[in-house]
Amino acid sequence: MSANEEVRAIRRRSWRDIDLRAVAPFAALILLLIVGALVNPNFIGITNLANVATRSAFIAIIAVGATFVISSGDLDLSVGSMVAFVASLMILFMNSGVIADPALMLTAAMVLTVIIGAGCGLLNGLITTVGKIEPFIATLGTMGIYRGLTTWLSQGGAITLREPELQALYRPAYFGTVLGVPIPIAVILAVTIVAAFILYRTRYGRHVVAVGSNSDVARYSGIPVNRVRTIAFVIQGLCVAIAVLLYVPRLGSTSATTGILWELQAITAVVVGGTALKGGAGRVWGTICGAFILELVGNIMLLSNFISEYLIGAIQGAIIIIAMLVQRSLVRKS
Amino acid sequence: MNSQVGEGGISVLSAKRISKSFNGVQVLFSVDFELRAGEVHALMGENGAGKSTLVKILSGFEQPTSGEILLDGQPVKLPPNGAAEALGIVIIHQEFNLAEHLTVTESLFLGREVTRYGVLDRKYMRAETRRVLDMLGSHVDENAVISSLAIADKQMVEIAKAISRDARIIFMDEPTAVLSREETNYLFKQVRKLRDNGTSFVFVSHKLDEVMELTDRVTVLRDGQWIKTSQTAILDGESIAQLMVGRELSKLFPAKREPDVDEEVTLSVSALTTGYVQDASFEVRKGEILGFSGLIGSGRTELMESIAGLRGRTSGDVVIRGQQIPAHDPHAANRSGLAYMTKDRKSKGLLLNSRMTANLTLQSLDRHGKLGYLSPASEAAALEKARRRFDIRVRDGNVVAGRMSGGNQQKLLLAKVMETEPEIIIIDEPTRGIDVGTKQQIYHFISALARDGRSIIVVSSEMPEVIGLCTRVAVMREGRIVGMLEGDEINEQEIMRYAAGLKKKAAA
Repeated sequence: MSANEEVRAIRRRSWRDIDLRAVAPFAALILLLIVGALVNPNFIGITNLANVATRSAFIAIIAVGATFVISSGDLDLSVGSMVAFVASLMILFMNSGVIADPALMLTAAMVLTVIIGAGCGLLNGLITTVGKIEPFIATLGTMGIYRGLTTWLSQGGAITLREPELQALYRPAYFGTVLGVPIPIAVILAVTIVAAFILYRTRYGRHVVAVGSNSDVARYSGIPVNRVRTIAFVIQGLCVAIAVLLYVPRLGSTSATTGILWELQAITAVVVGGTALKGGAGRVWGTICGAFILELVGNIMLLSNFISEYLIGAIQGAIIIIAMLVQRSLVRKS
Repeated sequence: MNSQVGEGGISVLSAKRISKSFNGVQVLFSVDFELRAGEVHALMGENGAGKSTLVKILSGFEQPTSGEILLDGQPVKLPPNGAAEALGIVIIHQEFNLAEHLTVTESLFLGREVTRYGVLDRKYMRAETRRVLDMLGSHVDENAVISSLAIADKQMVEIAKAISRDARIIFMDEPTAVLSREETNYLFKQVRKLRDNGTSFVFVSHKLDEVMELTDRVTVLRDGQWIKTSQTAILDGESIAQLMVGRELSKLFPAKREPDVDEEVTLSVSALTTGYVQDASFEVRKGEILGFSGLIGSGRTELMESIAGLRGRTSGDVVIRGQQIPAHDPHAANRSGLAYMTKDRKSKGLLLNSRMTANLTLQSLDRHGKLGYLSPASEAAALEKARRRFDIRVRDGNVVAGRMSGGNQQKLLLAKVMETEPEIIIIDEPTRGIDVGTKQQIYHFISALARDGRSIIVVSSEMPEVIGLCTRVAVMREGRIVGMLEGDEINEQEIMRYAAGLKKKAAA
């Protein structure tokens, strides 16, 4: 079948064949946009929406990594702590002054951050696969470890980037724009495009879905199951590192409370986006959509004045439950 | 009361002209069966003869499509889902229904705990458990946790459970499959004791010697039909084996073609030993179809999975075209051109929620792109080719594998394995659960693959299959290869003799 014929074959399928689970998060997003526009006319403005997207960057990028881990049938609870830990190490390194030239120092710090992020992910992966420990328990453990180390490094206080020259050099990484697009939004797009390519168009992505769908079938098909799972955790670590690269220039400071509950927001974004928590189906674009939905709900609450913004956590909690109920009813119908 | 008194005993449970169909496929054809008070009645037949279905119907787990069941001479409709226990009918499954972390006492009283003033009366339950165990002559500790018990003792707990629920009729499905000889003897002693007290047993087994030793009467089924019921004493193993088989082979199979004796040996296995398989050695030549027969649980799948690197091995060598294959490394085996097709297509073979393409290319993704990038066009072309080659018929090419028919799933699985272009193909149960038309097609595919010069191993519990396809047949029993049959020796009686342990070939 040539590519053209395939496209036609897809078009020929009636609308009933469209996977509702894939469409649902986007429908919800559009619904929210309409609700927001009704609540407050400023909401739909490009400035506000760009703002929302920018603020969703950390969770969105982390959630893209979580999409891989969850698709392969695992779970990573340590990502919030990992953000705090990796960001603290990055700032401490930049404060150490081992490299005099600011540009060189910044480059080295960024490279180091990526390596540490990947390393943290690798550790999670190895504990889960080689140690044969349930991912829930393994990452509950490393969650405590990364958080504890951060508290210890900061001695209970804050770790702040001291060098003003470095600060000035690094600030645009969060606050700047490329071709008029805020850098965080550009990074979300870039990360998502790469992740979607890996998940849908590469051998590795196919292996992830196969392992998450049925690890026995994967094993009998000669797929190195443990390696696939471990690499998913490393991808998660890399995504955390990328989020850190955006987080540090924003505040230039970390503390023991940095990134608290981000793991739950990331998992919520993944699940709201239509990825099955039991593994076997990854939806990268849905995940991004889920992260936007979470941020939009907060934004609408802020602009509306009907509901206290202190209820954001409760509303986000309700969203994940509603998302699961909707998903399940869609599955039953199909 | 119009309870029937037959020759030599009172009928407690009997089936009259029972027929059963599943989804339009008839598996039992007007079968009669009669169980008398205080007898051990063997139910025998090949795999697929309808034994399990009959047992399920007689214990209420399935309802017959037609025919009637008489309990104590009265027509009854047995309640479903184990509720027939209340009538004294208990089935002891091959896999025990015991919760591993409960104690023996807790297991015995599970679901009918005795309470005093709303608090569990543990003392009474323990004493009662002890009483039942003593009655059986079992030394199992009533406070032991189930997971700590030997398999024979677990079996004993199951029986104690049945007795404590006043079972009069106990079905045992292959109870000795997991027992050692001593454990079996012990079990038989208890069964005889209970039988002498009036309990009736239905003993489903493939093991002819045990049937001869334990049972009073035998009923033989073949292809869903009642063949014979007779006193065990007037039969011998040979005659039972003949009753179980003895069917004409139809034209299901393509003509056999024997490879030349000087054809290259592609796979050579020597002295392979795993946890269960002992000292297995054999060779396969280019273009040969080698069959592996034996009873369920004889170690065939374990041997094959070990050869394919999916399981480890404790000793022995696997050599493919002169090259040693390391243990427990499915990649190495795959790279050397060996592919294993699992018998468990639903849980180990196919991703039921994925489409045909994702399933087809899963094992051979390297062939569809460069540097890990997959080419959709190349995958689509592979699917198109596979659908033509293996005649996979689906209306919608985007259907997920779980929604395809068993036959199409099996063809897709075969196509998936063939995508790796293996030289040696191990096919475990090539036609499990598929219709006759598709079976025939698969036999022809297998035969064509051998004609192309590939070496094929067919593992099958369906005897006609190995007989119709293979030029040599290895028979396994209890983890060992006990016979290697060639030419005219390949017939059902001969295979059954080896498989049931009536005959053993001296080690080569």
